[in-house]
Amino acid sequence: MERTVTIPPVPKPVEPPPGSGGDKGAVEGSATWQLSDRIGLAICWGLGLLFCALAVAIVLYLLVQGVKYLRPEMLTTPASAGYTQAESGGFSDALIGTMIVAAMGIAVALPLGVATAVWLVEYGRPAGLARITESTIEAIAGIPSIVLALFGTVIFSSTALGFLSRTTEGVVFGRSFFAAGAMLSLVALPLIVASTREGLNAIPRHVREASYAVGKTKAATTRRILLPTAKPQIATGAMLGLGRIIGDTAIIVVLLGATQNFAPVEDASFPFNYLRGAGTTLTNFVYEASPTGNLNQPEKAYAAAFVLLLMVLALNAAVDIVHRRARKVGTWSS
Amino acid sequence: MQEEFTPEYGPKWSDQRVERMLGALVCTLVGLLLALIVTVFIRGWPSFVHNGLAWFGSGGNVDDQLNAIFLSGQSGAEYIYTFHAWPLIWSTMLITGGAVLISLFSALFVAVFIVEFAPEWMSNILQPVVRFLASVPSVIYGLLGVLVLVPFIGNHLISEEQKASVAGIISLTGYSLIAGVVVLAMMIAPLMVSIFTDGLRSVKPGWLEGSLALGVNRWRTTWKIGVRAARPAIVAGTVLATARAIGEAVMLAMLSGSVGFAPNPADGVIFIFEPSRPLAPTIVKNIDQLSSPPGNATLFSIATVLLFSATIFSLCGHLARRSMRKYGTA
Repeated sequence: MERTVTIPPVPKPVEPPPGSGGDKGAVEGSATWQLSDRIGLAICWGLGLLFCALAVAIVLYLLVQGVKYLRPEMLTTPASAGYTQAESGGFSDALIGTMIVAAMGIAVALPLGVATAVWLVEYGRPAGLARITESTIEAIAGIPSIVLALFGTVIFSSTALGFLSRTTEGVVFGRSFFAAGAMLSLVALPLIVASTREGLNAIPRHVREASYAVGKTKAATTRRILLPTAKPQIATGAMLGLGRIIGDTAIIVVLLGATQNFAPVEDASFPFNYLRGAGTTLTNFVYEASPTGNLNQPEKAYAAAFVLLLMVLALNAAVDIVHRRARKVGTWSS
Repeated sequence: MQEEFTPEYGPKWSDQRVERMLGALVCTLVGLLLALIVTVFIRGWPSFVHNGLAWFGSGGNVDDQLNAIFLSGQSGAEYIYTFHAWPLIWSTMLITGGAVLISLFSALFVAVFIVEFAPEWMSNILQPVVRFLASVPSVIYGLLGVLVLVPFIGNHLISEEQKASVAGIISLTGYSLIAGVVVLAMMIAPLMVSIFTDGLRSVKPGWLEGSLALGVNRWRTTWKIGVRAARPAIVAGTVLATARAIGEAVMLAMLSGSVGFAPNPADGVIFIFEPSRPLAPTIVKNIDQLSSPPGNATLFSIATVLLFSATIFSLCGHLARRSMRKYGTA
């Protein structure tokens, strides 16, 4: 919980140096500074305002374009072949695809990430393995997603995993929601591990000792005391991971197949025929619909990008709410 | 955690069993990473073997070489592997380097601003803004770049004479080095800001107070004491952002121009308007070629280079961050 403890870097009541007017207890103003220092401060303000302006510009621009081009029926009709933008349908398949991929990715990454973090914080023996694991997580965080995607094509094209994607005459296609979801979970994993660890580390030792004192095992303590206490951080990590998953494009382009519709396989029952087949997500749709992609329908790209941005904004807001609520409950005083 | 009291355990969820299960899980994860590294390397090996160190060199047109590789895979005749990736590597270095320089400068100022100089309301706005900018998907940055920035560069910043002067070699349309650099800088700057602010916040207040007590003004104190003490965080943030920038594929596939051309600084101002294509977008653009054996090897050899450089960068960042804890008060 480093973030909740804000150490004021400069104590508030700094004596104003002579000549600055000397108002009561105010922070030293820049009036007495040399010109170069004041220019520096001006650069600070300029860049800070630039960041705000960029964020506002991105949101407003996509809002305007989204309102202009987004039609409700786009959300409910799948993409179809057509010569004009009016004929070619919407992106419902992409929207549902994003949700499927997000659900699958987080369903793998969350338990895996929490388990890894629990092992690292609560067990962590032998120490050598713990250090290797830390570096592994760090390395996974640094692997470009396009490399993960290529690795995914190798794993999921193997005959042993043929049941997870389309198989024709013994040749495994290797591109499916299963493949994409599994690789995307690796994208979210480091974030979940980091934030769960932060949460577990913030719980003081005496809480654990109190639980042991009443006869609980370490495993029971973890399950009943530590994980519930670290829930806000786990939720934060999950949502950050979710944001990364729905924003990833490279893995989707490579591992979900180059299609704009669901392509369910024939030889499977309901949920699995879709999950084993190729599909698309919003990011892939935006990529293909942009002028550099194969579809070239910029208006629909704007509409889809707007929907995507709304999802990201919602996730950001959720992270904020969790943070604020956790802060209200308060942190441990050890 | 060595000498801690080990409580009694029940039979089913016994500690030993749980520890062993979690340990096995963690080992699987480590194994997966090793498998990834080995697989990618083995798949790319044929391309390295055929080219030797010339893989990293220049010579010939990269796009022609890629085409020849892919065609040889389809025709079934003897496979061609000849591939000289220098234009792609050069483009990666230029775009990553440019973006890291720009964002290092701006992120440092913004982080200092957030931690020290911004009034409370301003830093309350800036922090969510930075978090938001970090979470915008790269494809949205790419789309905005393609539909807003690229036409602007193409129509307003490049003059007709400049376009005509290189018309025989490349076409300057706005898909350019500068477009990639600017948008990439926007993408990685928020990442840097968040690590820099963490570092600046954990500088011991006493050090800053000491400097202030000597009559040094707040600006100088921050830069001479605060920023210097937070150096490990600055190195870590920069290096992690570099790793992210090297691996960025989709946004650059949209903005960089997708031409295997090595921009030449000797061209003068036009240099920054020249199109190119870094390593990662090359994989995205040629992903259909995975099925042909030589194409597969070539793409995986590119992935190997990306994997190694990005992993080295992120591990360096990790080490730098670990040394940061020594300075930190947390």
